[in-house]
Amino acid sequence: MSIDWVAFIADAIRLSTPLIFAALAALICRQAGMFNMGLEGMILWSALGAVICAHYSGSMWIGLLGGIAVGLVSGLIIAFASISGKADLYLTCIAFNLAATGGTVFVMYLLTGEKSTTAGAFRSYQIPNLGPDTPIIGGLFKLIEKIPVIGRIISGQSLLTWLALLSVVLVWVLLKKTRLGLRIRAVGENPHAAESVGISVPKVGYVSFSICGVMTGLSGAFLSMSFVTFFMKGMANGRGYIGLSAQNMANGEPIGSALASLLFGFCQELSTTMKNQTTFPTEFLEMIPYAATIIALGITGMLAIRRRRRVESGQAAAKEE
Amino acid sequence: MADEVLRMQNITKIYSNGFIANRDVNLVVQRNEIHGLVGENGAGKTTLMKMLFGMEVPNEGKIFIDGKEEKIANPLDAIHKGVGMVHQHFMLLPSLSVAENVTLGIEPVKNGLYDFERAVADTQAIADKYNFKIDARAKVADLSVGQMQKVEILKALIKGAKILIMDEPTAVLTPQETEELFEQLFILRDDGVSVIFISHKLEEVMHICGRVTVLRHGACMGSYNTKDLTQASLSKLMVGRDVVLKIEKEDPTLGTPVVSIRDLVKINSFGKNVIDGLSFDIRAGEVVGIAGVEGNGQTELAQVLSGLGSFASGEALLNGESIKGKSVREIRDLGMAYIAEDRMVEGVAGNMSIKMNIVADRFAKKEFKKGLFMDAKKIDKLVDQYIKDFEIACDSPDEPVRMLSGGNIQKVVVAREFTSGANFLLACQPTRGIDVGTAEMIRKTIVRKAREENLACLLISADLNEVLECSDRLLVMRKGKIAAAFPKANQVSEDVLGEYMLGVREMTGAEMEGLL
Repeated sequence: MSIDWVAFIADAIRLSTPLIFAALAALICRQAGMFNMGLEGMILWSALGAVICAHYSGSMWIGLLGGIAVGLVSGLIIAFASISGKADLYLTCIAFNLAATGGTVFVMYLLTGEKSTTAGAFRSYQIPNLGPDTPIIGGLFKLIEKIPVIGRIISGQSLLTWLALLSVVLVWVLLKKTRLGLRIRAVGENPHAAESVGISVPKVGYVSFSICGVMTGLSGAFLSMSFVTFFMKGMANGRGYIGLSAQNMANGEPIGSALASLLFGFCQELSTTMKNQTTFPTEFLEMIPYAATIIALGITGMLAIRRRRRVESGQAAAKEE
Repeated sequence: MADEVLRMQNITKIYSNGFIANRDVNLVVQRNEIHGLVGENGAGKTTLMKMLFGMEVPNEGKIFIDGKEEKIANPLDAIHKGVGMVHQHFMLLPSLSVAENVTLGIEPVKNGLYDFERAVADTQAIADKYNFKIDARAKVADLSVGQMQKVEILKALIKGAKILIMDEPTAVLTPQETEELFEQLFILRDDGVSVIFISHKLEEVMHICGRVTVLRHGACMGSYNTKDLTQASLSKLMVGRDVVLKIEKEDPTLGTPVVSIRDLVKINSFGKNVIDGLSFDIRAGEVVGIAGVEGNGQTELAQVLSGLGSFASGEALLNGESIKGKSVREIRDLGMAYIAEDRMVEGVAGNMSIKMNIVADRFAKKEFKKGLFMDAKKIDKLVDQYIKDFEIACDSPDEPVRMLSGGNIQKVVVAREFTSGANFLLACQPTRGIDVGTAEMIRKTIVRKAREENLACLLISADLNEVLECSDRLLVMRKGKIAAAFPKANQVSEDVLGEYMLGVREMTGAEMEGLL
């Protein structure tokens, strides 16, 4: 078995991109006190939206914006149902995901007559990868490529991969350094306390879902305009849920969530590589990223329980809590 | 001094369920005054303050602030009108810093970003002005409870509070922290802030308050200058029985201990010892009453004995077997019956039928089964009998319990618990919020079952009538410990009981010898 480790890492980072966006989307909602299970459906709609907008406008950029806009609207729909409509958030999200599974195929069929992929019917558009051929900053990448090992990993990644990394920083700044971020965290931690000082809890909820929608929009657009260049039935493939798990492992911290997303990205790449290189049954290998999720969540959960038990049995000071 | 800041006049508050929380209450607070508001739990102190802070609307009465009549619509409105409240349960965000907590809602912004340095400076300025030793950059989760309270006070002060409501502020503090708080309250008072100090700790009220208003069962017992009162006279104003209830009962014939508790300790999630080395026995045939101001470990004791909560150390035996680590079902099988404090949460399943609630503790037993299934005929017959015996007013045994009145719901609970065949009954607030007739039936049944069926009963109640009349032996709980023990509950005067409950007096171990 021979593995090109540099290519492996580069691909793993590429695979992590939609997961990072999903994790950021999930953590914004979580910081505002809402567990948004609807990410999966939001990503799916965004992926389709991006392809449609690109095809009919003939512009890759409008496709990207379209994906973001679809994500935003999806987020607002869930927010409206759960905040203004007071519907149960979990049930809303489950309904939304189920509707997305069927709905995306239905819309695709209406527009293309196809039921599994838009590949033949729609022109493909690709969001550019940043490398030596990129205008303006191409020269920079020529230099970077000369760095051994790292150069090959950095060069040739999608614009959206870079945007994902930038988003991690932006989300961190938003949460830690802005008034809005402070209010989001306040509402998430104790809505009564936030309300008692005059913060509008519903408003903060809508804003959080909007930011979440933009992130899922980027995640979806990456899948249908960068990872591959068409929309495919069910292409979110659990990435929304993995994003949720990633932020959960990191307790809703942006940087930790991104690292957890990278871990899951590596697991996905591992299963892909092993599929090509070994004779393990494919179905078993495809389980790796999801099994890793369950194991990781189990371990973080157990650690939290053990800490609490120790405090309550009087073995540790309450401060450690 | 005669500078009136607040006048609450003829305030009456009746909740939608008919409970009268405040009846014609008057409260006048002057500038430069720390005004005590005292009364037992449920006397209406918190309700009165909720109305001042805009969380409840009075049915009758007027509120004047600085001589002007005001309608206070919500807490935000109250803050704008200069009223600040430090809640008993802090409204804080532990993961954020002190400065962030204090400035939340009025955050300083610079260049589009939250100006943390400004927030720190503003917070520190106010903290220094009132001599609060607190680091504005510290994370609230790392603070002691006393410091958290200061953050709450700072939150009110930074928004310009002129009237500061402190709801039982010392309940959570150590003696040193309490002393420190008092000094800061004095500084606030001298600076023109009026403090309303809610407490049932008499020594503190006598120590820091100039005037005090006493509430009892929702009614105002008047306002007094503290220098005209003694702790004993104040406790007499606070603790009292409205109607004296009598239950005729002969002395118990004591059997063997059914429940033995030794050095029991329970620690809550904040690391505080809520039960702190409790030891006593309950013998067959007697009713042991536990009196005490709520929040002194009674609820936790019930949780431990019923199996709903764990405990850290010590021993609790029921019929000779340790209950440590046992499930509620296992403890029930050892012989426990449990009337829970909050019947809607732990007493019944509201959406299920009367029938199912009555057999909830026994449907799995062999005698109620027919093969794999429940023996419907037998259950129906039994439930019909109980509905008749306990006079549960309902349309049918299949009616959901939540449709019944409070008294009838409690009858469903006792129909189950009194007939379970247990020899230990744990009764927590068994007659809270129910009609007089049902209350009397429950009390008499408890006493009768102790006498006739050798039941051991632990009666935990905030209703003085009830503990004094139903109990044989009476224990007073305070701060997770037994503060006093009396051999004959119905010979204890409520004044004396009040002094032990409120910590004016405490019995030594020798005095309680043989009574535990």
